Parts: sequence; structure tokens; C-alpha cells
Amino acid sequence: MAIRREPSRAQVRREQMLAAATYPLDWLEERSGLVGGVKYFLFRKVPSDTNWMQTLGSATLTAFLVQAVTGVILAMYYKPSPHDAYSSIQNITDHLTMGWLVRGMHKWGASVFIILMFLHMGRVFLFGAYKYPRELNWIIGVLLLVLGLTAGFTGYLLPWDQTAYWASVVGINLNGTAPFVGPWLAQFLRSGQEINGNTLSLFYSLHMLVIPAGIISLITLHLYLVIRLGVTSPPWSREAAGREVVEEPSTVRTGLTRPAPHGGASGGSD
Amino acid sequence: MREEGMTPGPPEHGPSPTIWPLGFAVGIAVALVGLIVDPMVIASIGAVIAIVFGFLWARDATSEMRRAAPTVTAEVREATPAEAAAMPEAKPAPEKMQRSRFLEGATLGLGGIIGGLVTLPVAGFALLPSFLGQKGHKVDMGPVDAYPIGKWFISTFTVDPSEGEVSRRTAFVRNNGAVGNNVPSFTIISNRCAHLGCPVQANGPTGAILGEKNVTEHTVNGAILLRPVVPAGFGCPCHGGQYDTEGNRTAGPPVRALDRYSFEIDNGHLVLLSTFSVSHVVGVGAQAKIYKYKLSGPGQHVDGPEQWFYPLEPPHH
Repeated sequence: MAIRREPSRAQVRREQMLAAATYPLDWLEERSGLVGGVKYFLFRKVPSDTNWMQTLGSATLTAFLVQAVTGVILAMYYKPSPHDAYSSIQNITDHLTMGWLVRGMHKWGASVFIILMFLHMGRVFLFGAYKYPRELNWIIGVLLLVLGLTAGFTGYLLPWDQTAYWASVVGINLNGTAPFVGPWLAQFLRSGQEINGNTLSLFYSLHMLVIPAGIISLITLHLYLVIRLGVTSPPWSREAAGREVVEEPSTVRTGLTRPAPHGGASGGSD
Repeated sequence: MREEGMTPGPPEHGPSPTIWPLGFAVGIAVALVGLIVDPMVIASIGAVIAIVFGFLWARDATSEMRRAAPTVTAEVREATPAEAAAMPEAKPAPEKMQRSRFLEGATLGLGGIIGGLVTLPVAGFALLPSFLGQKGHKVDMGPVDAYPIGKWFISTFTVDPSEGEVSRRTAFVRNNGAVGNNVPSFTIISNRCAHLGCPVQANGPTGAILGEKNVTEHTVNGAILLRPVVPAGFGCPCHGGQYDTEGNRTAGPPVRALDRYSFEIDNGHLVLLSTFSVSHVVGVGAQAKIYKYKLSGPGQHVDGPEQWFYPLEPPHH
């Protein structure tokens, strides 16, 4: 028979502090279930032989979040009119505190985002992770790629310098050579027959409202399907092929994403 | 190698190999080669091969789907007395269900109508202004006397001064002198490349090198800058398209000749009107025969079979 000991004062205080700290979370959980939801989202089971390559998707998501945050801040200082656009960019870069940094993050982050999308796509392709039942998620990913490239294209005009102007002229005219719909698409993108001030407003609106809204919606769907269908094992996985069950050695520490084997509270051996 | 205890996969993974895709690929290849060699005959033969083999391939691939579905009868078994007693009697759907279905339909229908009423004008506003009410602008290029006969000028001007610098355009202008019954003749070539719209440059010495001065004419369109030039032709800095002095493509990726401006002489002033596209020009200057087409975007063919890709141009001035 176990002997009940009176808890020491330090223990009591620790428990009180713990209760005080978790109270807001408990309050939130009771009313919304959000804490459980976030736990469900973050602490999912994944195959034990997942690979560093499988972090490219979350890296892409991070790059997008950087673009979203820096973009919102740039929008506070950027002026989308033919007279002010270029000078407002100069103001952001040369005069506003840390403006050069935020603009630089947005400019270089755009390339990082696109490159990561392609790397992620390559990983999914080479791992065969696009196959049944994940075809729909591949299709959503392709749409995300198109939207990402469109975001890059529309954002390129916004500095309103010679590079921006002529790159957009060439890009729009490239669209214009598409059979049947090309001339119509080009005229829509130009906001008329020639590039003018409205083109800049249109690209600004597409770049900071329409395309991000589309990307965010599709990312939500993309993640929903990732959670619903789970993460794939690498193609060389012996475990997934049913040949060998990888037993966690008892010396491996359990962590946030690695559940303790056999239901133990902690696999630590320290 | 399969191990014990694993369920074997289906014996066949897909349809057995056929020759149709191969024939289809050959057809496509012949059509592509034909586009270069002989668009009318060889390309058509390739297209026919591709269509025939594609059809056979599609028929072969979908043969399983088009087979009549096997009829499957539902499995029926007599209920035991205990089961029969436990089963509730099927009742007709209660009146309440009908009403809820009506409300469901009404909500969806009304929601759809309201959504449509909101969306249609908004979508119209988003799309139509790019296509309707496109206005052309006349550009006063200064007195005809500013253009000595036979001399080329690189002239830059703003089409719509209220738009500012974004409406700045460049044209290569040459006065060909009067022809016939004292009809003025000008060659006015747009500098918009017929490949992808980059600014075409004159290949030749300009102003200071020639020992001639640039001229600025002040008109209702603001300052018109005229730079004398002796061009051997025109060239595009972006992708290397080259044109002769009549705007005919001589090398590189452009698909037709350079666009031209139509013009009028108003009160002794040269006035630019709208632009038009040109497939090619035969002859030089006032005697040139210009094969004129409706203005098309850069990169769009105006003649040959490729023009069929652009049957409907968006409305413009």
C-alpha cells in the first residue's frame, strides 16, 4: 500500500503556477476546441522514415508567410499611381527606417518562394507522392504554382521603372500570342489597348488582393488534404513495403512529434 | 519478390500494349515537321495520321468503359420472425419533410439570385472597361516643313499628355514628298517590335554624329522631339529582331513587318491617326505597296495559316 505524503510547499506552488498558466488555454479550449485542433494539426503521426526533403513544403509555406507579412507592410508606404509609384519605392528603400530590409526581403523572398515551390514539386514527383489518393493535392499544388508565378509577374511591374515596364510589356505580349484567347487576355491585363496608369492599379490589385486570397484559400485546401491523407513514406521505405517494422530503440528521446513507444510517458534514459 | 502473408496484386496492371500511341506520336511528329516544310500538305497528312491513330487509341483505351455494365441483383433473404418483429413499418414521408425541402430550395434559389445580382455587375465592371470605349488619340507632330523630303527622323511624343510619360511613343518618320496629284506621302513606322513589343531602335548614326541638330516642335501634344537619323534598318534590343527601312522583317523572331501609323495633314501640320499592322511591304517610299491589316498584338501572325489562331480580336479604336 502506497503511503500518501503531504505535498511540499514548493510542489503546491508549482501546481498553482501551472494551473494559472494553463487557465487561458483551458478557457479557450472549452469554448472553441481550438487548442485541441492546433494540437491535432501539429502533433500528427508521420512515418518514422520521413526525410529532410519532406520539409520543403513547410519551407514554401514559411516563404509565403514572409511574403504576406512584408507585402502588407510595403503596401502601407507604396503608392500605385504612375506619378508616385517609382518615387514611393525610392522613399521606401532610401529614407524609411528598415525600408530597404523589408523591401529586400519581399524582393528576394519572391524568388525563394518560387524556387521552393519547384523543389517541393520535384520532391513530391520523385517520391511518387502525387499518386492515389493524393492526385487532387497535386492538382491544387499546380494551381498554387500558377498563382505564385502570377504573383511574381504582377509584382514585377510595381517598381514602375524601365525594367518593370518593359518586362511587363514583353510578358503581356507573350500572353497575347496564346491562340484564340491571347489577344483578349492581353487587353485585359493591359487594362485597355495600351499600358497606362490603370494597368498599374490592376496589377497592384491582383498582386496584393486577388492572388494572395487565392493562394491562401488553396493552401488551406492543400493542408487539409495533407492532414486527411497523411504524409507519404519515401519510395525506399522498407517499412511501407511491409518488409520490416522499425522499432524505436528505447534510448531515443521522445519529443513533440515522436510519440513514446508502448504508451510510456517518457522514453528518456537520462 | 513477394513475401508470405501479402495479398498478391491484380494480375494485369492496365491495358495490354498497343501500336496506336506510336502511330499517334508519328502523326504529331510529321505534322510538326510539316509546319516547317510544307504547312498545307505534309502538316495535313501528319494531322490526319494523328487524328486517326488518336481515335483508335481512344477507342481502344475506353473499350472497357463502353462495355455494358454487368447487371447485379440485390441479395435478398427471408427475415427471421424476430427480425421482422424488430423492423419498423415503412411509413410515407411526413409532411414536415416536404416543407423543409421547400425551404432548402428557396434558400438556395434566393441565395443564388442575390449572388448573381451582386456578382454580374461587379464582374462586368472588372472586365468590360478594358474592352469598351477605347479611344484613339490624334497626335500633332508639328508643321510638315519640319520634315525635309527624304530624311528620317526618330520622333518621340506623348499620345495623351494627361496620361504623362507612360503614353510616350516613338515613330520613325520620313517625308516621301508629294506624289501624283500633290498627295503628301509619309512613311511613319511604329517602333513597337512585331515580336513581343520591345522598343525597336534605328541602326545608324543620329543627330550629333551626323552633324545635325535635334529639333523640338511644340504642339498641342506637348514637345515633339525629332532626332535626325540615317538608318540602315531597325533592330530590337530584346531578342534581336531586325527590319529593313520599310519595316520588313529581315532576321530574328518577329512574325511580320513593323506596324505603321496612318496620318493626315491638318492645317499644314502632320497629324498621326491610329496604327495598323503590316505583313510585308513591296517597294520603297511613296511607291511602296503596303500589305495592310487591322492592328494586331505583337507576335500575332496577320497572314498565313497561323492567322487562324486569332480569329476574333478584342475591340479597339
